[in-house]
Order: sequence, then structure tokens, then C-alpha cells
Amino acid sequence: MHIFPFLVVVWILAVGLYGVVTSRHLVHQIVCLIVVQSSTYVLLLAVGYVTGAVAPYFYDVPVHTPAVDPVVQALALTDVVVEGAVTALLLAFAIQAHKRFGTLDPQELADLKG
Amino acid sequence: MTGVLAVHTAYSVPVPLMDALQITVLVLVAAGATAVVLTRQPVRQVIVLSGYGLLLAILFMTFQAPDVTLSELTVGAVALPLLLLLALAKVRKKEE
Amino acid sequence: MTPAARRWAFLIAGAGLVAFYVWGLTGLPGFGQYPGPYGFILNDVAVGQTKATAVVSAINFEYRGFDTVGEEFILFVAAAGVSTVLRHLRGERDRSTLDEALGRDALPTSDAVRMVALIFIGPTVVIAWYLALHAQTSPSGGFQGGVVLATAFILIYLSGQFLVFKRVSPVAITDAVEAVGAGGFACVGLSAVLLGLPYLTNDLSLGHTPGAIDSSGTIALISFFVGLEVAAAFVLIVGELLEQTLLIRQEDR
Repeated sequence: MHIFPFLVVVWILAVGLYGVVTSRHLVHQIVCLIVVQSSTYVLLLAVGYVTGAVAPYFYDVPVHTPAVDPVVQALALTDVVVEGAVTALLLAFAIQAHKRFGTLDPQELADLKG
Repeated sequence: MTGVLAVHTAYSVPVPLMDALQITVLVLVAAGATAVVLTRQPVRQVIVLSGYGLLLAILFMTFQAPDVTLSELTVGAVALPLLLLLALAKVRKKEE
Repeated sequence: MTPAARRWAFLIAGAGLVAFYVWGLTGLPGFGQYPGPYGFILNDVAVGQTKATAVVSAINFEYRGFDTVGEEFILFVAAAGVSTVLRHLRGERDRSTLDEALGRDALPTSDAVRMVALIFIGPTVVIAWYLALHAQTSPSGGFQGGVVLATAFILIYLSGQFLVFKRVSPVAITDAVEAVGAGGFACVGLSAVLLGLPYLTNDLSLGHTPGAIDSSGTIALISFFVGLEVAAAFVLIVGELLEQTLLIRQEDR
């Protein structure tokens, strides 16, 4: 249990990268990019976890109860929402590429010049 | 300062139980990521992505991060699949 | 490069990357043994200093508020980028899409989908504002509330009434709301500068009870503006992606 979450993080990253490299459809590639990004969320939260501690919200729990690290949660939280908007931008580019070149296959797009 | 081993609140769960839960959900998340990548058809992949978002939300919950759970649920399981399906519909209409 | 060669090149390079990554991650303290110190310090002092019981929101909007301004502007720019790329696309294609659309039927929405969508619009708006306004109390905040509010608008589209969706969220007003959200956040920070304090200092009254709705000063106000901005950004993005459907639906009415 000491390194198992980190091994899962590496696995998700590797699988996502494999999907990006061997993809034949731009939207499939974008979804694999989402998977790669999700590995970073798991890594952030795994780094900040404290065994046996509670969530850092002290509304009904006394203030000095040991809690997990709130800083990485703040980072991951804004990260998730911003990823949604940036993915929308990538999708807009994919639609534009389809309009200009008529194909959504990244391996064919790589051969086009200009 | 190393981690504290046991916290006695009204909501405490014994540590071995929490460990087992976390390991189970981590394995499911790894399997889910593999499934998302190996589904080659974009429309089917979007549905699998929505399920993967739900699994991630459960994982974040077991990591004691309810705020991140909320974000992941709303964005990763609802808004992102919707955007992807709309983009796919737009591309398909141009092909017809 | 043939697909098989590409696959083999990735497997070899990927093995190297994975080896390095695992070697790096095993240098971290083990899972569950977070060594501190900032997490522990913040958990101890945040409630006393900001009267907000949700330490994560206090970090997002107070201790590291400047980073959140940057993240919010990433969102703003992404929505602007989607609008720019897709509006140009729509302008060029208007005529030819109209010709393609004449012979096509729009599928009527089933009554069950319509009813469920209509029933859920009201509660979704209420829950969205509850989330956006209670950032300092419990796990919620402007970001989550904003996305749920955008989902309420999407439910209007799902109930089959795309023209109602466009009437309820016209592009000019959604643009203005997004600008108010982003600018409001920046201006709340500037209000501290006008008082001679550093940018984004919490200069409103902190209230009495930690976690009450009027506590924690600027955190609640910033969360409201962030909720507006995120909701407007997502509604804009979805509206742009839905423009294609509008032309086809108009031909059937």
C-alpha cells in the first residue's frame, strides 16, 4: 500500500500515452489526453493523503482533528474544471481540422503540408 | 512528522477497511482507464469515459477529497461527454 | 512511419519513461505518510484566520487567490477561443448547411425525456446557487456551482426546445455575464489595493460564526463571481457547438 497508488498513476499515464500515439481518430486522441490528465489528479491527491485522517472541513468536526493536506485538493479542484474548458478548445480545433482537410485521422494529417 | 494512525471522530472508519476500499477502487480505475483507451469507436468511448469519470469520483471520495469529487462528477461525467458528443455530431453532419 | 513501427517505437520509449517515472515516485514518502508542514499548518490556522470552515475554499480564494485568478482566466480564454474558432466556421457554412437541411427531419423528443428534463431544471438551478454561495461552509464553491448551473441550461436544450435555449442564453448576455464574473473577481482584489493593502487581501468583515453564510469576507463574494463566470463560459461553449442544430431545426418549424 505504500507505492500501489503511484504504480496505478504510472499505469494510467502509460495507457493514455499509448492511446494518444496509436490513435486513428482525433476525438479518440482527445479522450486519451483526458485520461492522461486524470493520472495527475490521482497523483496530487495520493501525495497529500494522511492515513486515518479526515477531510479538511471543520464544520462538524473539532478544529484540530488531523486532516489530509488541503493544498493539493485546491490544486486538483480548479484543475478539473479548467481541463473541461481546454478540452472544448481542442475539440474546436479538431472540428476546424475536419473542415479544412476533410479527415480526422491524425496519421493522415501528419502527411499534409501547409 | 509522519501520519497519524487513528482518528476518533463520529465518522471514523478502521484503517485496514479504508486501505482495502482504496485498493479496490484503484484497481477499478486502472481497468477503467485501459477500457477507455482500448475503445476505438469515439461515440462508445464517450460513454465509457462517463463511467470512468464516475469511478474517479469514487476514488477521490476514498481519498477524503469531497470538493474534487464534486468537480469531477460535474465536469468529467456530465459536461465533458456532452461536449464530446456535440463535437462528434457536428463532424458527422459534415460528412453526410 | 507505419502503424506497427510507431507502436514499437512507443513501447521502447514508453518503457524508458515508465522506468524513470517509477524510480522518481519511489523516492516520495510512502502513501499516507505526508510529511507536511504546510498542510498541517493551514489546517490549524485557517479556520481561526478566515472564519471559513472549508479550508480548501479558503486556500483557493484567500491564501492562494492569485493562482485562482490565473486559472479563471484560462477558462475565460478557452471560452473565447472556442467562440472565435467556431463562429468563423459557422459564418462560412451557413448557406450550404441550409441546402443540406431542407430534406431532413428532426427527431421529435420523447415525452419521457422532456418531462424528466423539465422537472429537473428548477432543482438544478437551486442546487447550483447553493453550491456557489456556500464555498466557505462545506465542500462546494464557485467552480462546481458554475458547472451545475450550466447543466441546468443544457437541460433546457435536452427537453427539445433548442430555440428556448438560445432565447434564454443569447450570446450577447452570456458574454456580458462571463465578463462580469471574471472582472468582478479581479475588482474584488483591486478593492484591497485601493485601501492600501496588497492585492486580494480579505478586507470585508469576517463575521462571527465560522462557516455561516455571511462569514469569511471576500471568499463568499469571490465564489459568487467565479460561479457566474464558469457557468457563462460553459454555456457559451455548448451554445457554439449547438449552432449546427439550430439551422436544421429552424427549417422544420
